[in-house]
Amino acid sequence: MNIKDNIKTIIIKKPLKLDCGQIIKNFPLAYETYGSLNEKKDNAILVCHALTGDQFVTGLNPITKKDGWWSYAVGPNKSIDTNKYFIICANVIGGCMGSFGPGHTNPETKKIYGTDFPVITINDIVNAQVNLLDYFGIKKLFSVVGGSMGGMQVLQFVSNFPEKAKTAVPIACTSSHSAQNIAFNELGRQAITADHNWSDGKYFSNNSVPEKGLAVARMAAHITYLSKKGLQEKFGRKLQERDNIKFGFDADFQIESYLRYQGSVFVDRFDANSYLYITRAMDYFDLVKQFNGNLSNAFKNSKTKFFVISFTSDWLYPTQENKDIVIALNAIGADVGFVEIESDKGHDSFLLNVPDFLKTLKNFLDKSYLEK
Amino acid sequence: MKPEYQIISNIITENSRVLDVGCDDGNLMEFLKQNKKVDIRGIEISKKKVQICISKGLTVIEGNAELDLKQFPNESFDYVILGQTLQAFVSPEIVIKELLRVGKKAIVTIPNFGHWKVRLNLLFKGTMPVTKTLPNDWYNTPNIHMCTIKDFFKFSEIMNFKIFNSLALANKNVSKINNSNLFIKNLFSELGIFLIEKHNEN
Repeated sequence: MNIKDNIKTIIIKKPLKLDCGQIIKNFPLAYETYGSLNEKKDNAILVCHALTGDQFVTGLNPITKKDGWWSYAVGPNKSIDTNKYFIICANVIGGCMGSFGPGHTNPETKKIYGTDFPVITINDIVNAQVNLLDYFGIKKLFSVVGGSMGGMQVLQFVSNFPEKAKTAVPIACTSSHSAQNIAFNELGRQAITADHNWSDGKYFSNNSVPEKGLAVARMAAHITYLSKKGLQEKFGRKLQERDNIKFGFDADFQIESYLRYQGSVFVDRFDANSYLYITRAMDYFDLVKQFNGNLSNAFKNSKTKFFVISFTSDWLYPTQENKDIVIALNAIGADVGFVEIESDKGHDSFLLNVPDFLKTLKNFLDKSYLEK
Repeated sequence: MKPEYQIISNIITENSRVLDVGCDDGNLMEFLKQNKKVDIRGIEISKKKVQICISKGLTVIEGNAELDLKQFPNESFDYVILGQTLQAFVSPEIVIKELLRVGKKAIVTIPNFGHWKVRLNLLFKGTMPVTKTLPNDWYNTPNIHMCTIKDFFKFSEIMNFKIFNSLALANKNVSKINNSNLFIKNLFSELGIFLIEKHNEN
């Protein structure tokens, strides 16, 4: 039996019209939950994962056998307290942890989709996962929370479903993917497609995965998640298990060895085509354009209470881009709080042990939950 | 709780939208929330203080009043409060203008540099005054634009705004300030509290 057969999945029967025009139906949406839903069903939090995340938010990920990606923030008595709240997280469509994605078999051709899979958007991802609310009988979430691409989903979710979230916490994200963001994603995609094992996305039939390309994509992306200062402090020019440079192209420096390791472990858990599709979804994300240049209009029908968080050393989704969301919300008198958290850990700060962030997120949620 | 909180609360009408500029750790916001039915927001420059406000369940954004008030539309608040911080801005002129644009009315409190202790301090010691309300030395004070109650009245003429309520706080006693008692109030008050609004354009 495939280990992935144990993943919780619902089949979405209702047809979903994607932004690209295609209609999908009877497709699987994989999810995980933590904590328990109370009787009034008013304690649910939808957590949205980032590019390489999955539904296994906390505890041991049963597939990778590693800690869930947001173990610092989610758990008993943690920022998103599983003793209090019912946490739902869905694997995004286009992903590779059970939800409908390019690794699935096309029922019509009986072949794995590969690049025949439709191009999906953040809007499609959100429209797919809202089905989980119906499945659990939840009329209104207490909160929708996510960082990075998860934050984009938070914004899109409130925009699409203004009545379905009491609070929303977009973290380290943007309302519109910048040229720099697109550039880094394109670098990753080029690395994958340049790997001859990729075979136009049909690598499943050849039994040869584009590991090198995917690893390089991950390495490049990983650099963008860290800050220069953080890298310098952690690695500096320290050498890897050697006293001197070797005048060759082995990993002389610890940072090289670290990146190679990050690349190699990533290919074990992530699918190259999913990487193409999800980065594309991020690039296409432009909530400003979707509302004809006025981001405020995305939220004008919503009474949702927002809390926007950014990090000082995040240069991938810098504070100004997060502030633009705050400005758009203030322009329509929405209820919005905002703080920039001091951290040297770059964009990845939201995933790491950054006490000011973890404490503030907890305070916001716990205080807001008490408000009627 | 600072003595002026109750005074400010008395000025503000029920069900109004209030913005506290430089809300510090949210004490005034909390006080107003508990005492009045108001929709209150804050803006605060210190990250740590914003985090304290969030822990109190207050809606606060991190920002600088000189740069970040511009995101609020005209008259989007009934009252904008500026508590004892006007003197700390690089450009009090810009801040006052912004307050009166964003708010239908503004409540401004100033530590009075015309207080007799301040005057005596300078007169006899010959050094920059250090008092209970102004505890910093000249070289490390955030208060770069100190003014007196009298100065604020003049300021209202120069900046063309209307003061339609002015109160003085001395030893926790509140009294009205008017033209005939201005000299005395300027000498004995620790704090001036002003309710101001724009002069109508026409």
